[in-house]
Formats: sequence, C-alpha cells, structure tokens
Amino acid sequence: MGFWDVFRRKKEKARESASQWEKGLEKTRTSFWSKIKRALGGRPKIDADFLEELEDILITADVGVDTVGYIIQRLEETVEREGGMTVEALYEHLYRNMGALLVVDQKSPWDEGVSSRKPFVIMVVGVNGAGKTTTIGKLAHWFKAQGKSVILGAADTFRAAAIDQLRTWAERADVPMVAHQPGADPGAVAFDTLQAAQARGIDVAIIDTAGRLHTKEPLMRELGKIRKVMKKVIPDAPHETWLVLDATTGQNALQQARRFSAVTPLTGLVVTKLDGTAKGGVVLSVAHEMGIPIRFVGLGEKIEDLRPFDAQSFITAFFDEKAMETTA
Amino acid sequence: MFETLTERLESAFDKLRGKRRITETNISQSVKEIRRALLAADVHYRVAKEFTEEVKREALGQEVLKSVTPGQMLVKIVYDRLVALMGGEAAPLELKSKPAVILMAGLQGSGKTTFSAKLAKKLKSEGKKVLLAAADVYRPAAIEQLKILGEQIGVDVFAREDLKDPREIAREAMAYAKAHGHSVVIVDTAGRLSIDEEMMREISDLRELLRPDEILFVVDAMTGQDAVNTAKAFNDVLDYTGVVLTKLDGDARGGAALTIRKVVRKPIKFVGVGEKLDDLMPFHPDRMASRILGMGDVVTLVEKAQQTISEEEARRMQKRLAENKFDFEDLLSQLRQLKKMGGLKDVLSMVPGMGKMLKNVDLSDESFKHVEAIIQSMTPVERRKPEIIDKKRKMRIAMGSGTSVQQVNQLLRQLQEMRKMMRKLNKQQGGKRPKRRKLFGRF
Repeated sequence: MGFWDVFRRKKEKARESASQWEKGLEKTRTSFWSKIKRALGGRPKIDADFLEELEDILITADVGVDTVGYIIQRLEETVEREGGMTVEALYEHLYRNMGALLVVDQKSPWDEGVSSRKPFVIMVVGVNGAGKTTTIGKLAHWFKAQGKSVILGAADTFRAAAIDQLRTWAERADVPMVAHQPGADPGAVAFDTLQAAQARGIDVAIIDTAGRLHTKEPLMRELGKIRKVMKKVIPDAPHETWLVLDATTGQNALQQARRFSAVTPLTGLVVTKLDGTAKGGVVLSVAHEMGIPIRFVGLGEKIEDLRPFDAQSFITAFFDEKAMETTA
Repeated sequence: MFETLTERLESAFDKLRGKRRITETNISQSVKEIRRALLAADVHYRVAKEFTEEVKREALGQEVLKSVTPGQMLVKIVYDRLVALMGGEAAPLELKSKPAVILMAGLQGSGKTTFSAKLAKKLKSEGKKVLLAAADVYRPAAIEQLKILGEQIGVDVFAREDLKDPREIAREAMAYAKAHGHSVVIVDTAGRLSIDEEMMREISDLRELLRPDEILFVVDAMTGQDAVNTAKAFNDVLDYTGVVLTKLDGDARGGAALTIRKVVRKPIKFVGVGEKLDDLMPFHPDRMASRILGMGDVVTLVEKAQQTISEEEARRMQKRLAENKFDFEDLLSQLRQLKKMGGLKDVLSMVPGMGKMLKNVDLSDESFKHVEAIIQSMTPVERRKPEIIDKKRKMRIAMGSGTSVQQVNQLLRQLQEMRKMMRKLNKQQGGKRPKRRKLFGRF
C-alpha cells in the first residue's frame, strides 16, 4: 500500500478494535517494499529495467511526475557511474533521497508557538471537498486533548450549511465557535473570532474558510483579505496556514500548493482521507518542490482519527531494518 | 510548472526533423513524452502504458507527410485515439420509470450534493417535477445543505432528520414522491470509501430497493492514480450507469476520465464546472482529450502541423522568392503539399497571390488535377523557364495534359501574376526576412 502503512499500523495498534474492513484490507495491502521486491525479482543488481519498474511504483503512489523523474535520474546517474548498484545500496539511496524529501523545516517545531502565543492562530484553506471543516473539528478535539482551549471561526460563509457543519463539530469537541449569517463577510468572522479569543484568553483559534478552486482569482484574493483583517487584531496572525489536501488528489496537488501559497504563505499540509486506498504520494512532491512540511494526517472518520505527522519517526519506521530485511 | 506536452514534444521533434518514416527508434522519445504527459494528467500508469503502446503500433511504419514531423503526426494519432476512446455516442440520461430514480454515489468530497442540486435544476428546467432526497445521515449538516440548495433552486427536498437509516429514508422518499406526483427522485447519498464494506453494503441495498434508472458515480477531476481502484470498486458493487466529473473548472487535467472510461467502460454523462447551480455541462470528448494532453491548443497544433512545410523547404522557397525565380517547379511542389494537407480553401487563402490566381477556379481536387497535369506535361526546362513556352509548346502541353491551349495560357498568365505579386510583397517587406518567412511558413 505504500508510504502510509506505518501510520495505519500505528493506528491499529492504538485501537485494538480495528473494524473488520481494516483487518480484511490488511491482507491485500502490498507494501511499497514488497512491490520493490517483486520488481527486483531476484536481480542481484539494479539495472535499467528495474528503474523503469520503480518509476511505475512511484507513479502509482501519485508521487509527482517531476519528483519521480528526480529520484530516478539520481539513481540512473549512480548506476551509470558505478556500473551498477547493489540492492543494499538502493535502499541506502532511497532512504537518503526520499527521506530527505520529507524532512522539511524540522528545526523549530511549529507547535512551540502554541505556548508562546495566545491565541495561536491557524488558518485552514483548501479546494472544495478536501475536508477542511472535518479537519478543523478533529483539530479542535486534538488541541483540547493536549489541554489547550480552542475557539473556531466559521469563515466559510459561502457553502450551504457549512456553518451548521462546523457547529456540529464544535459541539462534539465541546469548544466555542464564532459565526455570522450565511453570506456574511468571512474577514469579519475571522476578526471577531480573534477578538473573542483574546478577550477570553483562549489558546488556539482555528479559522475555517470556504473551499475554493485555486484557479478562481477573486476567491483566492479573498484569502489575502481575510489574512489582512486578522493582522488588524494580531499583527503576526495567522501563525500557521495549513493547506488541506485530499489524499486521493493526483498531480494537481502541486498546483494547488503553488497557487494557495501565492496568496497566503503556507506553513503546513494536512493530508486527509488516507484511510482509503489512495497513497497520497503527491505530498512527497509538495514537500520536495515547495518545502512545505506535513503537519497532520487524517486516517478515518472518527474524531480521534487525525494524527500529527512526525517525519523522522515516519522515515525511520518506513525504512526500518526489519522491513528491509524481509524485503531484501 | 509542468511543461506542456506541446513544448515537450516539440523538443523531442527537433531531433526528428527530416525523418521520412516513423520507426521504433525515432519515435521512442516522443512516445515517452506522451506517456509522461498522460501520467502528469493522472491517467493511470497501466492505462497510459497500454495506450501509448497502441499508439505506437498504429504509428509504426507510417510514412511521414513531408510537411509534418513524425512527432506531430504522432500527436494527431494520439489525439484522435483519445477522442475516440472517450467519445462515442452522446449518453443522455435514461429516465423511464415513474417516478424515475437517480442514485448518486462517490467518495467524500467528490461533489455529490452540489451536483444533485445542479441536476435537479436542469431537470426542473426541462419540465420535470423533481424531488431531492437527503440520504446522507453521516456528514454533519449534509441534510441541511441539501435543504438550502433545494430552496435556492425551488425544488422539493425530502428530509427526515428523525430517520437514521438511509434505506428507510429512501423508502419514505419514494412513497412521498408517488403521493405528490414527482416525476424524478434524485437520491443524494453519503460519501463513502470503496473499502468500507458496511457503507458499500448500504449503497448496494439502496440500489436494490430503489431500482434506479440511473446510478451516477461522482468523481473529482483532481483524482490521482487511485481513481482506477475507486471506480472499479464502486462499479463492482453498483454497476453504475454513468460518471460525473466534477471540479473541472480547476486546472486539473482530469486523466481520471480516461482511466475510468478505459477500465469500467461507462460513459461520462456530465461535467461540473463551478459552484453556481447552473454550472453543469454535457461532456465533450474532444475538449477532454486536449485537456488530458495538456494542450488546449492541440487542434490548432495539429492544423499547424499540417500546414507547416519543413524548415528546409521554407528556406528554399524564401530564397526563390527573393531571387524572383518562382517557377512551375515550385508551384507544382506547393500544390502537391496542399493536396496532402487537405482543407485547401483555408490554406490557400493564407498564401499571397495564390488566392487571386485561383479566384475563378473552384478549389476542389478536381480543378487541381488540371493544373498539375499541365505542369507535368511541361519539360523540366519549360517548368524552370516558362518564358520559352511558345505556341507550339503550348499545343503540345495542352495535348499531353488533356486540356486546351486556353487553359495553358491561363496558367501561364497566373504564374506571371503570382511573380508580380511576390515582387511587390518583397519590396514592401524588404529587409524584414523573418516576417516574410513566416508568411510562407504558414503554407
């Protein structure tokens, strides 16, 4: 299944009562490594044929075409220079290169700001149907579980019933929410949310925004406006701006990341719907080409199914020796 | 930013200029580029592989028209195949039962609720009495959303917040529709993962009890390689009747459309292109093909390819023009090119002098045959030096070509006129060589 198995496994450990379909699926999951093993087919050395198959494996995982090109090209160079490559050297190479793609901006963990700034403001953006509102509901739950107080701002005033949807999540997580009428100015909602957060001494304010396709200029400009309005209350807000990416998204994710970051600098990604059959490999490319780190991953419908992403442990687990042994 | 396929291919073509035949070696690079373009458009890698193999088989051994590069010819083959693959006959909704039932299905966030409302609006405008049934009991406020949308478009919405089972809601909605004389019921369902057995059983139950006229699988145009799994899994359970591709107003290339078409062989019935409730469009295979190839201008490119004479030819022609040596030999080669390209009228209208020359001639291939025959009946020397054609020669040429002396005269006059025209043009644009070349390059 790929890159995310590690998380799925973790999750299953955490919840002993993994539902039936998860167990059923476990059998059919073929890992990234076993696919590689199959492609190797007992070859002692890496050759051009294998590289072509590796290219397919990466592409099937939705890793961006350009990033795949980058990975393969570097392998080709090495193979050519050294007249071949052992299987061990391949793992070593992938560990270094693919791992490097994911480890972005690890020097200062983003959540340090949560204790130093009050309120810590997170703006959530994304295309329609990516899962912003759901993510925010789950984020509220997560922060609360960390002992932080949370307030939500329903700045998606456009989509029918978006406010009601967020309200349901606010109730589930038991956090307050600021909302205006449908069709109201989203900037005004954000403004009021931040003021309310300050007045009540709340730790984290999360602003929901309407889904918008990144090709819609006026809507994209609106995001810039919401940002500006927030700065009137808190000059350095938002402290984090997260792009919510649907894991089933293909090559377009990169375009989304580019266009969104052009109007509002992105500090992180939230990858949703990873509990499907999607591989979400395109986040590798977003991390690689844009240098935007992954903050959270969504692994299910339940409120506790949103998990923080830890690149280092991900890579360690992904390339864990045992996994390599069984593969090699 | 992805380079467009056009750019990528053109760089691959550069190496191929002058090759006369498509061979395994000279198109391998182009085939690779086409495959990459398909992958960058999210076409499933196996579909892309199969597809390019097919294209290659078709292209191999084909003679390359003089005016077109092998790569350009390949693009045309690819484009035509793509259109054929996704197109076929238009697939309208088939609503026969009374009331007719349309069941929506898809992943979370694919756009089912918005599409349901758009479709309701469209059917209403066609005079149908539509009922929207809200059977998504899971997503918070999903029912509320449908109610609001229904109100906006003036369509009845069946919503029962007290019922927790979509099956029950569906049954009740049908009874309600029958009692109130609705002609179409659109059942909006919750988004679900294809691997969620329980949820898939639910929608399969809905299918059983509703016996829908149409089951529409809604898929986000931005979907990546996973589209194949999802489309297959939903089709295995539902055997849906059509596909709806949403969010095409973004810049995703929508390769999922091709994948689904090829893997499940179900028609794409609608595309969604916006958040406004009017933004529903029928599916156009040709537009989709251009989009997947990443060349909105593919048609233009192919036309251009057909109209472009080779660099070499253009340079030669330019020189002839500059030296005022344009003769029957040149005219003949031009005519032959034109004939290969087809669409004579359009091409000719771009050529200075040519339009005027052929003003009184109908532009069918038939009429060209005469001109060709006359020139072919000339000796090489006559072709290069038309001045030497005297009365005797004219008679011989007319006999040889099965035309009359008058027709031969006419053609001779026309060549003179063309030369005059071109001299004038040369003077007007003296020194601006590129511009002149461009004019002729369009040939």
